[in-house]
Amino acid sequence: MIDEITMKLLKEVADLDALPTGAYNLRANGKGAGRNTTANIDIVTKEDKPGIDIYIKPGTKHESVHIPVIISETGLKDLVYNDFYVGEDADVVIIAGCGIHNCGGSLSQHDGIHTFHLAKNAKLRYVEKHYGEGDGRGKQVMNPTTVVHLDEGASMEMETTQIAGIDDTIRITRGDLKAGASLVVHEKIMTTGDQKAKTDFIVELNGEGSSANLISRSVAKEHSFQEFISDIRGNAPCAGHSECDAILMDQGVVSASPRLTAADLDAALIHEAAIGKIAGEQLDKLMTLGLTREEAEEQIVNGFLS
Amino acid sequence: MLEIKNLSYITDDGAEILRNVSLTVDERFTAITGPNGGGKSTLAKLIAGLYDPTEGQILLDGVDITHMSITDRARLGVSFAFQQPVRLKGLKVKDMLRLAYGKDKKRIDYCSFLSEVGLCANDYINREIDASLSGGELKRIEIAMALARGTKLTIFDEPEAGIDLWSFQNLIRVFEKMYEEHQGSIIIISHQERILNIADTIVVMKNGELAQAGPREEILPGLLGSTTREACGVLLGKMGGEK
Repeated sequence: MIDEITMKLLKEVADLDALPTGAYNLRANGKGAGRNTTANIDIVTKEDKPGIDIYIKPGTKHESVHIPVIISETGLKDLVYNDFYVGEDADVVIIAGCGIHNCGGSLSQHDGIHTFHLAKNAKLRYVEKHYGEGDGRGKQVMNPTTVVHLDEGASMEMETTQIAGIDDTIRITRGDLKAGASLVVHEKIMTTGDQKAKTDFIVELNGEGSSANLISRSVAKEHSFQEFISDIRGNAPCAGHSECDAILMDQGVVSASPRLTAADLDAALIHEAAIGKIAGEQLDKLMTLGLTREEAEEQIVNGFLS
Repeated sequence: MLEIKNLSYITDDGAEILRNVSLTVDERFTAITGPNGGGKSTLAKLIAGLYDPTEGQILLDGVDITHMSITDRARLGVSFAFQQPVRLKGLKVKDMLRLAYGKDKKRIDYCSFLSEVGLCANDYINREIDASLSGGELKRIEIAMALARGTKLTIFDEPEAGIDLWSFQNLIRVFEKMYEEHQGSIIIISHQERILNIADTIVVMKNGELAQAGPREEILPGLLGSTTREACGVLLGKMGGEK
């Protein structure tokens, strides 16, 4: 049975007003709450641990899989292992998201370990959104781990967003890429209050012509703390780029530790990091258009994270 | 009508940038010219509210705006096109035009504002105002934003800088159209003779003071006959100027 809180969380994390069409698996409060499979996409419950295996047949095109997780019971700790097998030449979209509504006084936590196996020339867009709410004193905690194995010529674009309500998060991403594979990660994070967010990427570029592009945009407000760690390892002729761009507000703290490891003469690796407050002239410009200082700040932050 | 009375500006570290400037602007086009470092941009920023004057008074249609916030002045009808437009990661050309035009107004024709400045709307409305745009493109978008605002006073700080691939004739047409549509006063800070040529009034600033001000017919011949001619006509030769 899907209640109002679940629907609201679904809207936040997956932009869904109803159960999705196509393949989906809805997990609510640690249990399966709905599933649909299609001719090309199968979803199977794991037998040895919590979680599901998702099999996408070779050549599957224009299909999507929704796998939202909702937690509305206070004090629930949920750990889930999801494995995705994307067949050769498939081209699909996977939308994951986790919403926590915690009105109680205990900590609610969701740790999702997602492993992607992309076969040759498979193409995947993976969208992940994390959202927490609740007026209780209990914390909302999420620790997503994403492991990506890309076979030759496979490409994956990952978009992760965490804009509100998660008190503590450690986001781990690991990737290994074969020849010609490409991984693009767009991460957006905003922290407020006393929230802490840590991002930890390690990508191994093992095949000739493989490439990785990690782009992180974040805003740290109030007393929040963010840490960005990235390590791109070029073990073959490859191209790697990471970019950490952070806006600092109030007493926010951001620490960025980029690392590049080149183990091949033709590994081309670049890192860029910029942390700073909103420039005075940016505020001035928007104020000359009639916005107040607060409205200008909001526009700049929303644009930056859009 | 803009009235500036005995305006002075001293920076926090004591540098006197503007000294006792008085000026009334009520015409279509007022050009402010003069050597670099003469105080032209500072005067523009004092009018727009980016700087707070040390002494003096600024009145817009009789309303004292001397110490008003940038926002309040903008809402009263002051627009300011920056000499060096600001880059804003993530904000798109259409977002900025929308803000300039007014968030609450219903329909906006992005295409008309962009085509006025020689940009194709399809190519630009979804572009981010970031490092992917050239200085010249940003400058034209800045002018399009002033057009979208359509206020009773618009200040352009060296609008010609960086409009290399466009033409002066088009820029001048934009000013004329702005006036036709909104009947507001336009202040243009410029070194360019072609822009001075369309001004009703020319103001010359030197060493932080108002050196000369008057109708174009009176001021321009003197400028062209003096060493300032060189400063005013940098591009004249290249562009096959008429004088």
